[in-house]
Amino acid sequence: MNTPTTPKGGYSAAHEVTQVKTRRSFLENIWRTLKTAPPTAWFGMIVISVYLTVALFAPLLAPHGQAQVFPMAYAPWSDEFRLGTDALGRDVFSRLIYGARNTIGIAVATTLLAFLIGGSLGLIAAISRNWLDQALSRFVDVLMAIPSLIFALMLLSIFGSSATNLIFIIAVLDATRVFRLTRAVALNVVVMDYVEAAKLRGEGLMWIMRREILPNIMPPLVAEFGLRFCFVFLTIAALSFLGVGIQPPTADWGSMVRENAGLIQFAEYDLTAALTPMIPAAAIALLTVAVNFVVDWFLHQTSGLRDEH
Amino acid sequence: MHPILTTIIQRLGLGFLTLFVVSIIIFSAIEFLPGDFGEAVLGQAALPETVEAFRRELGLDKPPIERYLSWVGNVLSGDLGNSFSGRNSSGVDRSRDVWTLIQPRLANTLFLASMTALVAVPLALALGITAALYRNSLYDRIVNSTTLTTISFPEFFVAYILILVFSTYFKVFPSLANISDSTPFLEKTYRSTLPALALTLVIVAHMMRMTRAAIINLLASPYVEMAQLKGVSKAKVILHHVLPNAWAPIVNVIAFNLAYLVVGVVVVEVVFVYPGLGQLMVDAVSSRDIPVVQACALIFAGTYILLNLFADVISIITNPRLLHPR
Repeated sequence: MNTPTTPKGGYSAAHEVTQVKTRRSFLENIWRTLKTAPPTAWFGMIVISVYLTVALFAPLLAPHGQAQVFPMAYAPWSDEFRLGTDALGRDVFSRLIYGARNTIGIAVATTLLAFLIGGSLGLIAAISRNWLDQALSRFVDVLMAIPSLIFALMLLSIFGSSATNLIFIIAVLDATRVFRLTRAVALNVVVMDYVEAAKLRGEGLMWIMRREILPNIMPPLVAEFGLRFCFVFLTIAALSFLGVGIQPPTADWGSMVRENAGLIQFAEYDLTAALTPMIPAAAIALLTVAVNFVVDWFLHQTSGLRDEH
Repeated sequence: MHPILTTIIQRLGLGFLTLFVVSIIIFSAIEFLPGDFGEAVLGQAALPETVEAFRRELGLDKPPIERYLSWVGNVLSGDLGNSFSGRNSSGVDRSRDVWTLIQPRLANTLFLASMTALVAVPLALALGITAALYRNSLYDRIVNSTTLTTISFPEFFVAYILILVFSTYFKVFPSLANISDSTPFLEKTYRSTLPALALTLVIVAHMMRMTRAAIINLLASPYVEMAQLKGVSKAKVILHHVLPNAWAPIVNVIAFNLAYLVVGVVVVEVVFVYPGLGQLMVDAVSSRDIPVVQACALIFAGTYILLNLFADVISIITNPRLLHPR
């Protein structure tokens, strides 16, 4: 830490502000905030980083390939097959690891796309406030009147089940929620004098969106990103579990539960076999809990506002 | 006119407008099908004449508006069309009427949903109100963290945990909810216990947290503080001051969660192989049987919209500010 110095020409406020700003580096600031985080948030962050590591390095960590078939179907837990094999003789442990990559990857891509569509349309609607705003808002009202799982099922039956269709359909359906939130928070910022000043200066729509409004509505959007991710993740898992989401042979947690569900009936003979279908389901639940913990803490940090539902 | 009546009529009008637009969206599902879906349904070997006859049966040779009107007319008179499955390339039509497919399933789903609601709603309200009264106590914290955990669990996880514990490890309840029309009522209830329990666990969490939030919001308002300062007893504060204002949020919470049940029912029915509407819809989606999907989507979406509409109307009626206008 260096002490503020006075420049030769006398006192300058701008100079002092830059000095104060540079006193702590970006990493130091992050570390200071992290130190105040409650244990639940720490737990959440550790779980999330473990999941991300597994997802990134899946091919290095998995002992076998995700679609590699061994001549032993329903093998019990052993040293070679850590969690046994499934009905086709594929290693469940390896599929669990690849599942992290596929399930989380698709969920992240979908959430990003939903934010890209919903966020930009919400900003445009809030800034322009004309017929476009009205049209988009009414359209979103109607889309939100149908439960999204039912809507997704209907759209999947029309376009067919594939990973790309899944991403687009869920992204569009979830973009409605993002649109609502972005528009609502941006409306409060749009009426500010500095936005008016930027408009009078002759700045374009893109510039106002990116430089004036977006930085001021970041905290609720980041929190929403976490919650939306959980929701998307659970929806994709549910659809895959129903057999209309991510299609085989791609390993994914939702369909792994479905494929191995039959093993539950052997609980009294071999409890480990009965637990096999529960592990991917537990993996889904754990990640959702972890993200919720971190979002909860983040909301407390950035503002008093908390979503009670 | 009384302000309440105008508000209700406005709300009802808006609700039916939504229903109308949703019906258009569901109807247009068939418009977006790829051009060769006739071959896809009837099989590769279908003769061009058979495909043509099939397209004519669906009315694809008529303009969309005419088709929409006749579709709505048919739906309103209970004719949901014929299923895609059971047709083959030779032109022999063994397809079934969608309504006969749906009707027994719908009855089963309603049975499961009402069984869940009868248990879940009182339980969630009791938990929510007590947690709000004794907030920040140990009881509140336990209830809160338990419900937060169950919210994060996917429905099928909850369902399989129940199966593992109550059906395969301790053999108390059957894991497959195998029921039919002829099953006696008590037997039906017994076999549907696990699916109903799974759904209850999922919606109680949401409902309880929302009730708690609504009550805490009201308890913080100045008039409640005033009543407490006057020395009004705790029970009287709740009954006379808080509850009249709490009906609107509570009814909203209940309707929201019953509507949520519509979605939860799909996954839970598949887990327990419960012969309900949700399972039928999932099967129809896998086999791309559009008429059945459309009918199920229409029923689910309609229920959802009507429940929300009902909640809005109730909260308008019970709003003290609207009841006694100046």
